[in-house]
Formats: sequence, structure tokens, C-alpha cells
Amino acid sequence: MKPAPFEYSRPAHVDEACALLAADEGARLVAGGQTLVPLMAMRLARPTRLVDIVRIPGLAYVRSEGDEIEIGATTRQHVVESDLIVRAKLPLLAKVMPYVGHGATRARGTIGGSLANADHAAEIVLVAMTLGATLRFRDGGKTADVAAEEFFLGPMVTALPPTGVLIAARFPVWPEQRVGVGFHEINARASDFAFVSAAAQVAVDAAGRCTRAAVGVGAATAVPLRLDAVAEALKGQTFDEASVRGIVGATLSAVDTMADLHASADYRRRVAVTLAARAIADAYRDAQILRDADAR
Amino acid sequence: MRVELDVNRQKHAVEVEPRTSLLDCLRDTLLLTGAHAGCEHGVCGACTVLIDGAAVRSCLMFAVQADGCAITTIEGLAPAPGELSPLQDAFCETHGMQCGYCTPAMILAAHALLARNAQPSRDEIVEAISGNICRCTGYAQIVEAIALAAERMRGLNRPER
Repeated sequence: MKPAPFEYSRPAHVDEACALLAADEGARLVAGGQTLVPLMAMRLARPTRLVDIVRIPGLAYVRSEGDEIEIGATTRQHVVESDLIVRAKLPLLAKVMPYVGHGATRARGTIGGSLANADHAAEIVLVAMTLGATLRFRDGGKTADVAAEEFFLGPMVTALPPTGVLIAARFPVWPEQRVGVGFHEINARASDFAFVSAAAQVAVDAAGRCTRAAVGVGAATAVPLRLDAVAEALKGQTFDEASVRGIVGATLSAVDTMADLHASADYRRRVAVTLAARAIADAYRDAQILRDADAR
Repeated sequence: MRVELDVNRQKHAVEVEPRTSLLDCLRDTLLLTGAHAGCEHGVCGACTVLIDGAAVRSCLMFAVQADGCAITTIEGLAPAPGELSPLQDAFCETHGMQCGYCTPAMILAAHALLARNAQPSRDEIVEAISGNICRCTGYAQIVEAIALAAERMRGLNRPER
């Protein structure tokens, strides 16, 4: 459980980090290191050089930018977990943060690290896909934006160029007054990788009818899946469990879910329906509470 | 590489290979053996230390990454030689241990919890130590120890009648 030897660099600027990646094919970025370091300990990863970007100034922040919240790539996960802007404007992200690893890994792990690592079971990746976040990176002295659905290509595979550095993620804020969220996942132990997860964000009108929804399922497919057909079907509807289960089930019946030692493809599809229905139910209830509070 | 570590309020300049984990540096170079090597890949929690007040895994960090950080190990908790911190006392009193291998890490994880939450619920205590594995106790007396220490530490700030 000791990593192979490597060189270590701590660049002062993002462009310097890009240059270090360009100069050495075996170089890898590290920020929190909560995924990469155990892989190195098991020698599943053997980078020749670690380029540590976590101290580059100006990459750790949460700020409101118009109708989006922008989070710097090296913002620690435990900072996002307790951030008041995130709680107020990105309730779905706030909801999933306690499920990301455990406290000790969230203290070191970063938002950008989780996104760039692109684990198919990662909760932050699921939220980025469900809400339609934009990922911003720096490569060759230029800054570029890419939409989440084009960024995540497969398990631990992204569209980030080999010499690129992810610098921020921008999450859309819903302007609706009554927005509720729900999240459920199933795993062998709390804090372990999920077998299946589901997230939902629902806005309701004064009568409790859905005006807008976003639903996603994680860990069941190579990349978390956004269920646009389900979100569309919820519009104008109050919550009805049987019809929600029906539409989620119909949408997932055409999807090839993954199978492994822990869970078969059928199990994942079945559980995804149940968890998505629960997440949607929670989101409606959450939005309803805000609606009732308004009425008083 | 030369690294400066602030360990238990004492500055140390050490020479390490980049691949040396913070855990190995603390144990082998600084001879602070209270942080224990369990799984060495971030699963068991036995190597927990505090970095700038937060409980983290010292096996999931290279010493070079901790350059300039304020690190607290179990050796730094007692107020004076021969004394124990309220948490350490509580672990003794409730017998919150058997073999003791996970104990320093449990105490540090609890220390980080009580520093930000003086009155944790049982669920919050369980959550705070959920990343630390104990194979002996079944956790009940560990949770009891942390609740007892929390109660005592709140009492310390109460004026005497």
C-alpha cells in the first residue's frame, strides 16, 4: 500500500499547470486527492508527476453569477456542504453533499476533483447532469465552457483535454418561488459507492401542480442519466405515485443498466424506479412546505 | 523535498520523498506513532489527524501536500504531560475501547465534532465517527464516551453556583 515514486509540482497559475501536463504524458492533476491517492496506494494509478493545483489562488469560491452559481474547482466539498448561498440557491447540491464520501474525505476532496473524476456513482456528477451544469476549463491559454451532458463521456472519462484543467462549475439557479428537492441512494454502507441513486428538483405553483422538474438517476448507467421525459410528464401534475412509477419505469425500460458483483442490471432498473419515485415525492413535499409557508 | 509541518503547535522541517504519506512522515520521521496505519487506502480511518481543525485521513495525503498546514495528532490533545483531555478521560471512564487501535482516530474525529457542535445528538455523533472502523466494541461505549465528554465540556463553561 505504498505508491510508486513520482515527482511533485505545485504551480502558481492554472496555465503553468497546463504546461506541466503538456510536458509529461504521465503527469496527473491532484487537488484533494481523495480518489487518486488510494488508487496510487493500490498502484492502480502510477503517475510520473503530481501537479498539485489546490493552492492556486482564486480557484476556491462560491459566488452568484446572474442566474447561475459558480463554484471554483478547488472548493472543498465540506465548504460547499455548509455554504449558505448553495443552501439557498442550489438546494439539490446542498441535499446530496452529506452523501459524498464521509466527513474526513469531504474535508479534503474538492468539487472539481469529483466532477473531473466522473465516477458514475458520484453524487456531484449526478447533480451536474440533472440540473444541466456547465463545466469551465482552461487549456492552451484559453478558457472554454462545456455542458455537463457533453462533458461526461463514460465512467471516469470526460471531454477534458489531456492538458486541460477544470477551473469551475456553473449550476443554474431556478427562479421559481417554490422549489423542492429529493435525493435517495442505496449502497452497502453509508458513505460507500451507491449502486443506484436518484435526484429530483420540482417547482410547484400555488395549487401544488408542477411547473418545472428535473430528474436524474445515477450509478445505474455509465454516466448519470437525466430523465427529460419524466420531467416533461410531471408538468401540470400534482404528485401521484402510481403514475410517477409508471412513467419512470417506462423511460428506464429502454435503458441498458449496468451489472456487477453487487447488483444485477434488473435490480438496478427496479431500484431506480423506486428511488426516483421517492425523490420526486420528496421534492413535491419539500416544495409544498414552502407553498404552505407562503400561505401563512 | 523539504517540507515544513506545524505539528501540535511545534514547527518541524523535514526532508521527504514526494510519495511519503503524511501518516508515514508523522510516524517514521517525527516518531508520533499515535496515528495508526490500518488499511492505508482511506477506508478504516485509523490514521485520522486534524488539519486546520478538520478530521482527515493522513494516509490519503502526501506529506508534501501538508506543507505549512497546522496538524494535530493524538499526542497534541492533552493539556499537559500526565494529563488527559476531557474526551480522553471520557473514553477511559466509559471504556470506549478494547484493543485501542482505532481509539486515537476516534478521539480526534470526536474532537473535530465537539469543536463545531457542543451539543451533538446521538445521530450526529454516529455520523461524525462513521468513517472510523472499530472491530471490537460495537461502538456503543464510544458513542457514550463522546456524549459524556460533550456534556462535561459544556459544563466547564457554566458559572459555578
